[in-house]
Amino acid sequence: MAHFTKATSLHDWLNQRLAIDTLRRVLATEYWIPKNINFLWAMGMILAITFGLLLVSGIFLLMYYQPNVNLAFDSVNYTIMQEVGYGWLWRHIHGVAASVVFLIIYIHMFTGIYYGSYKNGREMIWISGMLLFVAFSAEAFSGYMLPWGQMSYWAGMVITNLFSGGSLHADGLVEWIRGDYVPGQAFLNRFFMLHVLLIPLAILALIGLHFGSLRIPHVNNQDGEEIDFDAEAKKYLAGDKAGSKVIRFANDFLAKDMMVVGIFLILFFYLVFYHYDFAMDPVNFDPANGLKTPAHIYPEWYFLWSYEILRPFSTDVGLIAFAFAQVIFFLLPFLDRSPNAVPASRRGLFKVWFWALLIDMIILTAMGKVPPEGMFSTIGLYAALTFIGLWIVLPIITKFERKV
Amino acid sequence: MKELLILAVVTFFTLLTYYLVEPFAHSQMHKHVESEGFAYKDIPAITKKGDATRGADLVAANCTGCHGIQKAGMPAPMDPVTSAQSFGVNPPDLSNAGSVFAPKFIASLIKNPAKTLMVEHKFDPAKGKVHPMSAYAAYDANGNVDKEQTDQDTADMVAYLQSIAPKQEELTPVMAFETACGRCHAIHYEYMKDGKLHPAWTQIGEKPSFKKKQDELAFEQKVLDYQDALKKYMGTLPPDLSMYIRSRGEHYIKTFVENPQNYLKGTAMPRVGVTAESADKVIEHLEDVGDSKRHERETVGRYVMIYIIIFAIFAILWKKEVWRDLH
Repeated sequence: MAHFTKATSLHDWLNQRLAIDTLRRVLATEYWIPKNINFLWAMGMILAITFGLLLVSGIFLLMYYQPNVNLAFDSVNYTIMQEVGYGWLWRHIHGVAASVVFLIIYIHMFTGIYYGSYKNGREMIWISGMLLFVAFSAEAFSGYMLPWGQMSYWAGMVITNLFSGGSLHADGLVEWIRGDYVPGQAFLNRFFMLHVLLIPLAILALIGLHFGSLRIPHVNNQDGEEIDFDAEAKKYLAGDKAGSKVIRFANDFLAKDMMVVGIFLILFFYLVFYHYDFAMDPVNFDPANGLKTPAHIYPEWYFLWSYEILRPFSTDVGLIAFAFAQVIFFLLPFLDRSPNAVPASRRGLFKVWFWALLIDMIILTAMGKVPPEGMFSTIGLYAALTFIGLWIVLPIITKFERKV
Repeated sequence: MKELLILAVVTFFTLLTYYLVEPFAHSQMHKHVESEGFAYKDIPAITKKGDATRGADLVAANCTGCHGIQKAGMPAPMDPVTSAQSFGVNPPDLSNAGSVFAPKFIASLIKNPAKTLMVEHKFDPAKGKVHPMSAYAAYDANGNVDKEQTDQDTADMVAYLQSIAPKQEELTPVMAFETACGRCHAIHYEYMKDGKLHPAWTQIGEKPSFKKKQDELAFEQKVLDYQDALKKYMGTLPPDLSMYIRSRGEHYIKTFVENPQNYLKGTAMPRVGVTAESADKVIEHLEDVGDSKRHERETVGRYVMIYIIIFAIFAILWKKEVWRDLH
């Protein structure tokens, strides 16, 4: 057993028992971050803050929400929105944050792709990040079921139908997932459980893994420069702060993070109070009705690109393409055969590949929402084929990339 | 400088995506209908000067067989359920009609209900289907329709209805809703207004609070009977409007009410003929019910924005201070 002495202060008392000085050093003051970064490196902090907003607002909503097919819609739209003090505020924060969190996730992902932050030891950062993307997607989808509006019901119907596997006709699997032939009480209950317990637990664990995976390879920087963190840290501690290539996580990096967070929150709360419709689809303010299919069924914007990879093909081909889109990002560190972990701007054809992928995914997103008719179907089909093609050529163009 | 360039690129692609999935996609999915400002251009203006005293006699002789006028001490001849079972829908009480509906619309309605209400596809005399409200016409000594006299009579009836109707400033949003929409559409949400909880609305009136379960069940039975008759008349039960302000929005509701055929060709919903002011009041009522915290949202929104801007300024100053030594 450790030797304890009479504490000289509360700090000392805690320090003897929890080693708070060491913790602070390891997690904050001597957790070294490259200095050569831009505001895109603050997306992680924005995501953490947005997740915090989702968690807190979710806890308040949970106190009044009723997971019952007869009560759910009114518990959200009447009890929470009209009766409970500031219930509308928590719901708008929750709804808008759920949409905005995906915008930041996509910016975070494309930052990682652009700067090559998924290779040379950073593979696990990328993979744990992609697992978080999947977990957030499941969280968003399960949460979308809960208000039990028209879009909840019909999105639930369409998405769970995907599990029948087209010609495989695995209808038993679909019924098993739904707990019924169509979305009903069992369906609502299990998605409620997933949304408020199982998936949030998984997200918390994955956030821990994601943070942990950063520890050894360290954060990348905007020039892809390999930094000797120990030597630079010594320089910093010796007083040459300006000459050192690294900074402390706190307060140096944190101060910049909070600046970006502050500016982000202006946009966020503007959306919460004045421009929330984009995140809270009007169609979902009609109560669920299994006998009345809405004229247009579409997922939230952040799922549209993968939805559009499913849509232009025949059922079976579409499902295969869809499955491809779901897993291919996980393989990025291994499909990129180039040893260069530098910004895309210095990587020749990869630079073209990056912008092509970004623009293609925006086109897929747009085509995923509009009705699949005429020119839109054609554009959607070509964009989906381009997406698949881009991933097929990636190993080839990166294989022949010149070492920088 | 480089960071600003990166910010510009991120902002550009974000806004582009937003534009494509919101304004652009919605313009492709939904037909855009411009409002005519409730002018009802197809309906001719009233050309005769109305005489309210004469109108009172005409209304008593021609309308009160089916319509009640509570304001003038004339109750409806039948209760709403019996009425709906006889006519399909309960004929409205005319107390507020003179200020809720456009005068020329009422005049036209009296002369030709099916055409004015735009439900001729449903009530085609050639197929033996006539609108439950019979058209009014004045006849001359030879038994022919006297057009001049018909116009004069309808102008008089409109003048009378206007004389008993509440003035614009007395017409509350809930009164406008009840007169224009309330016989077909329910609102099952109670709402708070002016510090008071207002009851839910059913097609046969406000839902009272009951002391005895029997009374409540008896009331619900009546509502169900009424809804059955209404379903038969309309083909389907008209939707509950509790959340319509969020599910449809002001523009859609207004242009729909102005001319339901705009969006749903062949719908059984009649053109209602409200004035522009009454349409605003109906919208306000739907907001009172489905978006009751909108004023609070504006106030709180202002304070939060002020707070968060100050927060951002401090965050920027803190960053500048911390990073002074790092450059």
